[in-house]
Amino acid sequence: MNAIRETQDDGALPAVQPVIVRAEGLTKQVSTPDHELTIVRGATFQVAAGESVAIVGASGSGKSTLLGLLAGLDVPTAGRVWIDGEELFAQDEDGRARLRGRLVGFVFQSFQLLPALTALENVMLPLELAGLADASARASRVLGQVGLADRLGHYPRQLSGGEQQRVAVARAFATEPKLLFADEPTGNLDSATGAQVIELLFAMNRERGTTLVLVTHDEALARRCDRRIAISAGVVEA
Amino acid sequence: MKNLPIALRMLRRNAHAGEARVLAAALFVAVAAVTTVGFFADRVRGALDQQANELLGGDLVVISDHPVPRPFVERAAAEGLATASTTTFPSMVAGSAGTSLAEIKAVSRAFPLRGRLRVAGPAAGADREAEGSPAPGTVWVAGPLVSRIGAAEGQAIRVGNATLAVAAVITREPDSVLDYFGIAPRVLMNEADLAATGLVQVGSRVTWRLLVAGDAKAVARYDEAMRPLLARGERIEGVRDSRSEVRVSLERAQRFLGLASLLSVVLASVAVALAARRFSIRQTDGAAMMRCLGAAQADIFAINAWQFVLLAAAGCAAGTAAGYGAQAVLAQWLTGFFSVALPAPGWRPAVQGAVIGMVLVLGFTLPPLLRLRNVPTLRVLRSDVAVAEPSSLVAYALGLGTLSALIVWQAGDLRLGAMSLGGFAAALGVAAAAGYALIRGLARLRAGASGPWRYGLANLRRRTGSSLVQVMALGVGIMAMLLLTLVRTDLIVKWQKSMPADMPNRFAINIQGDQLPLVKAYFAELGLATPDLYPMVRGRLVAIGDRPVSPASYEDQRARRLVEREFNLSWARDLRPDNRIVAGAWWNPRADDPQFSVEEGIAKTLSIRVGDTLAWDVGGTRFSARVTSLRKVEWDSFKANFFVIASPGLLERHPASWITSFHLPSGREEVVNRLVERFPNVSVIDLTAIMGQVKRISDQVSRAVEFVFLFAIAAGLVVLFAAITSTQDERVFEGAVMRTLGASRRQMVLTQLSEFLAIGLLAGMVAAAGAVGLALVLSERVLGVPYEFNWVVPVAGLLAGGAGVAIAGLLGTRRAVDSPPLAAIRALG
Repeated sequence: MNAIRETQDDGALPAVQPVIVRAEGLTKQVSTPDHELTIVRGATFQVAAGESVAIVGASGSGKSTLLGLLAGLDVPTAGRVWIDGEELFAQDEDGRARLRGRLVGFVFQSFQLLPALTALENVMLPLELAGLADASARASRVLGQVGLADRLGHYPRQLSGGEQQRVAVARAFATEPKLLFADEPTGNLDSATGAQVIELLFAMNRERGTTLVLVTHDEALARRCDRRIAISAGVVEA
Repeated sequence: MKNLPIALRMLRRNAHAGEARVLAAALFVAVAAVTTVGFFADRVRGALDQQANELLGGDLVVISDHPVPRPFVERAAAEGLATASTTTFPSMVAGSAGTSLAEIKAVSRAFPLRGRLRVAGPAAGADREAEGSPAPGTVWVAGPLVSRIGAAEGQAIRVGNATLAVAAVITREPDSVLDYFGIAPRVLMNEADLAATGLVQVGSRVTWRLLVAGDAKAVARYDEAMRPLLARGERIEGVRDSRSEVRVSLERAQRFLGLASLLSVVLASVAVALAARRFSIRQTDGAAMMRCLGAAQADIFAINAWQFVLLAAAGCAAGTAAGYGAQAVLAQWLTGFFSVALPAPGWRPAVQGAVIGMVLVLGFTLPPLLRLRNVPTLRVLRSDVAVAEPSSLVAYALGLGTLSALIVWQAGDLRLGAMSLGGFAAALGVAAAAGYALIRGLARLRAGASGPWRYGLANLRRRTGSSLVQVMALGVGIMAMLLLTLVRTDLIVKWQKSMPADMPNRFAINIQGDQLPLVKAYFAELGLATPDLYPMVRGRLVAIGDRPVSPASYEDQRARRLVEREFNLSWARDLRPDNRIVAGAWWNPRADDPQFSVEEGIAKTLSIRVGDTLAWDVGGTRFSARVTSLRKVEWDSFKANFFVIASPGLLERHPASWITSFHLPSGREEVVNRLVERFPNVSVIDLTAIMGQVKRISDQVSRAVEFVFLFAIAAGLVVLFAAITSTQDERVFEGAVMRTLGASRRQMVLTQLSEFLAIGLLAGMVAAAGAVGLALVLSERVLGVPYEFNWVVPVAGLLAGGAGVAIAGLLGTRRAVDSPPLAAIRALG
């Protein structure tokens, strides 16, 4: 208890790689009417570049909160996080947004596509926000890689759940991030579709050498990752 | 600018959403209202500017209430400038078929120096440009006289003691912009015939003009040299003189219409605020996602702000186009006012409309934009994370400040601006208080209501804030219309009815002292009551106490005008029954010290108190006396009354004319004809005709204002749609739940109907209460007629509100009734 348990599925230590994510004493508390509730308590661990890591735990264990903290989507009560050597919470909100735009991609359980934009435009969005000139060509190419070359002009509501998640995967990889966070990426999909999306996600991850940090309660999915970080009642178990 | 393409792309989709349409519609209505008035005013101003010297009849005019002094004419000749002179006054004219009051203008041969008269007639053929002015012995007459007195071309008419032949019918005079300014039709004659008429006498209301035209530099030199020489009762008006009476009246009218149009802007701002808020709520998750993808707060702000700006630009452009079309309708309605063709409007009003639209958008979309900027990124993981709301008072302060500034700017001066602002705030405040009380009261009734009606009323209560905004916005719009249509005619009719049957309906003026016994005998001869005749001496107020009086001593425009002109002074031994002393005491008829009694209103305007000594100049003779009383006068008795009355013995030695008013039973017009025949110098003014004309003008003006208030109703409806849109998801979800629970389509429609019917009826009630309240005040305080409640006003208010809002509401909530329940619950649950 109260410490990190990091296991290597094959028991061997990974080859020496630079650390891309480092968390130290990460704690998140929220105030409720009667007491302070600790959602994540003193999490300390690191993730090497190119690694794939599954954060696992039961519902309400704090895994999504931990992911939010690692990605700088939320601010911790205590502790620090470094992404690619840059200290996340030493920067302001906009600094963190810029860092995400540069280094991080996301895939969410509920896809989070903008309903006002077509598939192509959704994928172009992070490229345009980063000010890249050939956004449209790059987005089309990535959408082609996820098998949606013929659905570029479709709006999210015209796509199936699996297709929407594939657009989200394309959007996540479009900026060629070093690090990919995925929050229950198959949670809203049936098992067959979910499996296809996971295949795609891992294949693209491998191809690009991206570091993958995945939150899931699906054991089978967790097993496909190089390493697991288990969390229970806010405590990352050693 | 990298955000513009993203904003454009998002807008392409978002533009179809209800709130985007509402926002554009609100701007459309606000800008259309403002530009309609703006374009119209611009055309009138354009006409004045383009034809300024034509309207003046020359490049410069010296206007005087006595013959223009020689030096003015001599200097013009010395500068090599052309001159023409005119003498204008009202007088009776008689033709073969009757008599009529006319505005006589006697002109010199060179008139007009600028512009051309247009004449028509059977002999002259169609409307054509006239050569010069009437030859001696002839007159040109305005169209209405042709049939009224029998003054067709070739016939003779009598003007005072002279008989002149009608040579043409005038269709356009260069120096008269507004047809309604003259109370009587024009008769144009040659000044050589003026003496023969014998009409320019003591007490006649004559205006002399010297028109000057020529080389611009010479005109400027003349202007510079002569202005310092102007004496009392003389003034110079130039082309660039922006303070001419016509201009001042038009500016005032434009200001009023402008303020009326701002009511739409105020209501539209409510719709903009509601729509922008809804827009921001819908964009919340998207904004969180963009933050997640690396967008800075400034990017989020810019992407959404661009969408508002683009929507607003579309609304403003369409509104400007609509305003351009609508001003043509307005110009058509008011066409009778203008004797000149109105040029096409310029581009300024369009820019003004666009600026107002954009300012409105920036002022009222800022809070939702700031809200989006602050969306927590964590919402991508947890949709229940709340968004920090900016303090609405602080956030909307910009919008409210902007609106206030707009109102003050439109009003043209700070005091009127503050009053208008107070008026807007009071109207909305009272409407809000009444609306709130009514909503609470109505919601109590729901226990007694059945099924769908109960749900509808429950919704009304639950969405008190939103319901209140709708009731207020619609209530104010409907109230404006009720006031202008029903209440206005109602009050005029009541006021006319309140007058006694034998109320004087004719004034006879310009009666000379030696004609008094003859005039009295004439009335007795015809079996009519001998009228009271009052003496009248024209004099100029020169000092109050030891303070010399000049227009410059007063701030107030009315006070300035009063002291600029000559007063009609009278004298009397006894106080008349329609006058009442309010300060001091009426004189003892035997007292021999001279005294004045002053009407209380004018005393206030000119700051005259009991005990002050007033000094007057009558025909170059100065005299003074103390004010010993102030009087309240019943002006609507329609008897001749005077601002200043002197005690006997003070004015008698000055040249005077007499005035009287009398009641002429209908069908006895021959009394006037014969009076004028016997006393050609006497002018009879037909009050019924003047009141008819006043009514016609008031009808036309109120039609214009009604037209502008139609935009306010439209803005009220946009607020209704904005409110419906802002609760759309809620309604669709509730509808889906009701459907799932087995509600029929009819029940669903009834639920929506009951809510909107209630809102409409409440708006109607607020409108009717406001209109009745204002009618009461106007009736009792302004017109002095006891107020009689008119059932039509509340019934019309309730019908307009209830039916209008119910229909609009049902149209707006079709989706809530027609959405398939499962999809709705999945999407929104």
